[in-house]
Amino acid sequence: MNAVTPLPARASAARTGSTATVAKHLQTLDQHVIEIMSDSGEGAQKCGQSFGSIAARTGNGVWTVEIIPAEIQPPARSVAGASGNRIRIGSHQITNGGDEADIAVAFNEQVLLGRVNAGELKAGCIVLLENMWAEHEDAKIAGQYAETRDRLVAEGYRVYEVPMERECRSLVPDPRKGKNMFVLGMLCNIYSLDMDLARDQIAFIFGKKDAKVISSNVALLEAGWQWAESNLDFKYRVPAVKATVPQVVINGNTAVALGVLASGMDICAMYPITPATSASHYLSDVFERAGGIVHQAEDEIAACAFAIGASYTGRVAVTITSGPGYSLKQEGLGLAVMAEIPLVVVNVQRGGPSTGQPTKVEQGDLLTVMFGSHGDAPKVVMAPGTIEDCFYSMITARRLAETFNMVVVVLSDASLATAQQPFPRPQFSTEWLAPPVDQNPVPDGAKPYDWDPVTGLSRRFVPGQPNGMHTLTGLAHDRNSRVAYDPEINEQGMRAQHEARHAAEDSHAAASVRRPRGRTARGWLGRHQGRHRRGRGATARRRSPRLLHAPDVPATDAARHR
Amino acid sequence: MSAATLCLHHFAEENYALEDYQGGVPRWCKGCGDNAILAAIQRLCRDESLRPEKTVFVSGIGCSSRLPHYMRTYGFHGIHGRALPIAEGIKLARPDLHVFVNTGDGDCCSIGAAHWIHAIRYNMNMTVLLHDNHIYGLTKKQASPTSPVGTRSNTTPRGSYLDALSPLTVTLGVQNVSFVAQAVDWIPESLFQILTAAYRHRGFSFVRILQRCPEFVGNMFEPWVHDPQRMLMLTHADGIRVSPALQKIYRNQLPHDPADINRAREIASSEDPIPVGILYRNPEVPCYEDLRGAGKLRTADQVRGALDAELDKFTVWPQ
Repeated sequence: MNAVTPLPARASAARTGSTATVAKHLQTLDQHVIEIMSDSGEGAQKCGQSFGSIAARTGNGVWTVEIIPAEIQPPARSVAGASGNRIRIGSHQITNGGDEADIAVAFNEQVLLGRVNAGELKAGCIVLLENMWAEHEDAKIAGQYAETRDRLVAEGYRVYEVPMERECRSLVPDPRKGKNMFVLGMLCNIYSLDMDLARDQIAFIFGKKDAKVISSNVALLEAGWQWAESNLDFKYRVPAVKATVPQVVINGNTAVALGVLASGMDICAMYPITPATSASHYLSDVFERAGGIVHQAEDEIAACAFAIGASYTGRVAVTITSGPGYSLKQEGLGLAVMAEIPLVVVNVQRGGPSTGQPTKVEQGDLLTVMFGSHGDAPKVVMAPGTIEDCFYSMITARRLAETFNMVVVVLSDASLATAQQPFPRPQFSTEWLAPPVDQNPVPDGAKPYDWDPVTGLSRRFVPGQPNGMHTLTGLAHDRNSRVAYDPEINEQGMRAQHEARHAAEDSHAAASVRRPRGRTARGWLGRHQGRHRRGRGATARRRSPRLLHAPDVPATDAARHR
Repeated sequence: MSAATLCLHHFAEENYALEDYQGGVPRWCKGCGDNAILAAIQRLCRDESLRPEKTVFVSGIGCSSRLPHYMRTYGFHGIHGRALPIAEGIKLARPDLHVFVNTGDGDCCSIGAAHWIHAIRYNMNMTVLLHDNHIYGLTKKQASPTSPVGTRSNTTPRGSYLDALSPLTVTLGVQNVSFVAQAVDWIPESLFQILTAAYRHRGFSFVRILQRCPEFVGNMFEPWVHDPQRMLMLTHADGIRVSPALQKIYRNQLPHDPADINRAREIASSEDPIPVGILYRNPEVPCYEDLRGAGKLRTADQVRGALDAELDKFTVWPQ
């Protein structure tokens, strides 16, 4: 970076726009963090996602993070209104968005200011700033622009003023709608990306529209590339290793939704909540083609109860939510634990407690999902560490739930939810699917809760099976599912539930459902930093899919499992 | 076994006796109206030849919600207020099952009120029995939303403060309502007739059953029990026909066409006399499970096809 001769920060860049070529300094990087931000609706997100996809196609490791304002329509040019993307690209696998940005592209100085103030930009980093505001007819706006620009220069940022509006105006009637592709072209130039891939990407994202739209966006892309080529004095190359197998580039919520589909689950009951909803949006769009149904319930409690009802009839159902919704579901989850109804719950964590920070990342729900619901309610908790894990976790979760008649919670978070990362395209296997619902008669004398003394498991009888009729209850119950008022019988049931949880854990450790691969450290970000994990010597702050478990209860039984 | 034999075999199997539906011995109090409801349900199951393994009774929490334990069908004794969403999940996953819901005035009209409103809107094919005794029984005598104003209870020792909520008018006020009836535990014949009509209606059949709780509000319905003239029997060719024997006792009859929702709402507003019969029925309201295409068979190829089609959209192929 020091080797780069910076252009005299502002004026010169703003003045240019010709095809005059400047001296380039090409630098090879291991990884870089780019931020693109605009007002809501100006397309910085589409630009960032496209850039990430092009880099992924090139063979770079990529992680994209959405920058989302909390309001649907925040006022224009507001510090809190930044909408866009952070993209971290590398010459190896990237597992998170990194700490601070190396380059920031901003469509106005106010949204940039928001990121500067939040400490998201590296000191002295490159800033590519739309300069149309400098000559704005409103003197106040022009003044704000000048003030911010001068402040950033004074603070040591390498500010390049870019005439985005002016350059785009010659190509499209409304530059506000085209600037993002101009910026994409700039970035392709800066990072030496293949323009053919970029053109393909544009054809893909505007594929449903007519050819005119595509050609006008390609023109913007090329203009951006040309402008950067002619006016910027730096250029980077992040060496890529082209993938030899097909890769998919999706975010964590899409991965969760596809995982639900691939797992053979067929009912998802949900209630809208940020940042989990996009998983259900996507699933609503695609699930029916696979014979599945997304039910939007009247509230979180109903969504949980609905999923439990569906699961009870034979095939595991899923409910998808975030923290506040999870809190509401807890009583229902206790019922599923007590009645031994398998269920998969996805908790896409956000900042808490209470309404907290709906669009921000926090991993503060670990203890609540482990210990939540009153009394002892043992569950399996899985925490995906990558986008790929989000996909496979759902398949594993269903199988664990079904095998052990347990509640399995998959703990995702707002970062995984919106981050995109390439991973090898999954190869569907029929083994992922649930077996058909057993409708055979139950043998005479069989009991609905005939707990195995070692594994705690019992065969589940579901409606439609002759001879299996019983009434399932959230009350303590005996092996015949009869209400038990006797503490001893209650202990038997509790013990069985805990044994089943241990059995699930043992099976998971033995089977290692996902192939382990190198992953960088990615700790819990929430208030509860520690991970509860005993035995098997797991490292505490590594983010990889694993089972977390509740303490051994009842105590009388603990020793056997050590 | 040949197909014909199998068919005969099934035919023989599908003739059931009352005992085939009798589960545990009821633990309700002596004189509790729930016993009459249980008897009517068991008779309904027998007369409609419901296969016990294909029948699910879902309940929440409360005296009413113990009912599934006394049936020899599948039963789901859930948690307080949530019987309806559980039943909806069951029905959506398995439309082939006969789903019944037993709920009480606390369970349905208080803690589960949100689900009740929406269950009416979903209009899933299930029979819902509201055991309405105007009091919380299992938690020992607290006022419920349907307790008449002035009801003395452990939480309202000087009388309850609010006017009672009317489950009938509420239900009749919700979009997609398709079946509303009222029955009373002390006229078993009419209770059975109404439950049969409710079961046969395809949609969300809501039957409010006024049910006596001799333990906590022993006098609640006494004036009506002892004065047949204070009962208003709804009759219609498309509704319930009151039997000649009952006609002799319950002379206060009102012809009412169950297709007339406005008249149904007027009748529902009457607390004295107590209307008994079908207030409203509309077989044309679509069922949510039909709208959602529930119960279709899905194959591995379908899943594979859908997954691959989606993955294609996001795949970067090696070049």
